[in-house]
Amino acid sequence: MASTLSMILYFIVFPGLVFTAVVGLLTTWVDRKVSALVQWRVGPPWYQPFADVLKLLGKEIVIPEGAKRTGFLVAPLAGLAAVALVSTMLWLANMRGAGFVGDLIGVIYLLTIPSLGMIIGASASGNPLSSIGASREMKLILAYELPFVIAIFTAVTKVSPMTLKLDGILEYQAMNGVLLGNLSCIIAFVVAILCAQAKLTYPPFDIPEAETELMDGTHMEYSGAALAVVKVTQAMMLFTLPVFFITIFWGGLQLTGWGILYTIVKYVIIVTIIVLIKNTNPRVRIDQAVRFFWGPVTILAIVGMILAVLGL
Amino acid sequence: MGATGWGFKKSLWVFHLNAGACNNCDIEVLDCLTPRFDVERFGIKLVGSVKHADVLLVSGSVPRKVVPDVIETWEQAPKPCAVVALGSCGCTGGIFKDGNNFAGPIDKHIPVHAYIPGCPPRPEAIIGGIVKLIGTL
Ligand code: SF4
Repeated sequence: MASTLSMILYFIVFPGLVFTAVVGLLTTWVDRKVSALVQWRVGPPWYQPFADVLKLLGKEIVIPEGAKRTGFLVAPLAGLAAVALVSTMLWLANMRGAGFVGDLIGVIYLLTIPSLGMIIGASASGNPLSSIGASREMKLILAYELPFVIAIFTAVTKVSPMTLKLDGILEYQAMNGVLLGNLSCIIAFVVAILCAQAKLTYPPFDIPEAETELMDGTHMEYSGAALAVVKVTQAMMLFTLPVFFITIFWGGLQLTGWGILYTIVKYVIIVTIIVLIKNTNPRVRIDQAVRFFWGPVTILAIVGMILAVLGL
Repeated sequence: MGATGWGFKKSLWVFHLNAGACNNCDIEVLDCLTPRFDVERFGIKLVGSVKHADVLLVSGSVPRKVVPDVIETWEQAPKPCAVVALGSCGCTGGIFKDGNNFAGPIDKHIPVHAYIPGCPPRPEAIIGGIVKLIGTL
């Protein structure tokens, strides 16, 4: 009974839903602030994302005519729950002694749910622009998922004995130094960051949202609290993906003493790389994106994999 | 006026509706987003979909053809939502008030919460108008 209760607490409060949402929203502020600085602007104050979400919670939810009500409203919630779960798994695996191992396949699988949720929600909204966004999102998933999985499995190959448990990967790194010290894992890390860009639908891969042509595409018909859920899910993804990369490539999160500072530095570096890529690249077309991911990126990922098998 | 009210004041998302404007007002709106004026400091940003909007920024003299569109856009906006009439055209009809197609001004068709006159209004005037609007929310 007590363990069930603590599991629920883990999921809802720390390190699940609430914690991830708060840190994720703070991260979106870092994103907006850095973007503003890149463009020589001042940018919003630190509480801006919280103000946005609070405001959205107080607004009316408009359900478009011809929308499938249930699918439209439930799909974003599925995405939210999935990211909260991934975050919980990653943190519990990082907090040794919580007695939790965590499975890599589960993480990869759950990380696709928010995108799938957006596809279902957008298709249920009955808006033609949203459905274009949904179809683009689908193609994008097909494009980036292959190199993403190869990149993750490069890390798995590197770990000996080979393991799919987050716990095992962390253990190996604690004993033998971080995986990012190897050439193969550096390549895999670069590939993973590029795929993260597409997973977050950030420029240059914001094709499903395409503000100028699709008016936010997949999010277009959402309003009020439903839009808040969508925004919070995105923010949580922005938090979860770097944590995932730190866990499998960069030695995991140290949660004691000076390690905390080191963890924050690692996190901020990854977020800054993502934001800088976002700010310096224009949007590509969907066919270019698919070609990019299935061509150079997959080849790069396979090269990394081969190097890992060769032991580099 | 609780937390959501605070959020509403601090985060106005603007949907820009061109109802028969000559495009000058619209260019001035874009000016507000440039580094020199940077309205994102106040949490204001332009959104592409009216479903995300807190402020409907309507410019133009509202010719007869767009009246149904203006009304429909207002009805689609999730409430609470404020309407700002931008430019002399939006406020009174301006130089088009005797025009054959003129069916405005905006407040004849939808409720307006703030007026920003000028032909076109300067970015400073637009920001000033929005600040006054925030004061009344
Ligand atoms: S107020 Fe002046 S600048 Fe604005 S739309 Fe009318 S004529 Fe054009």
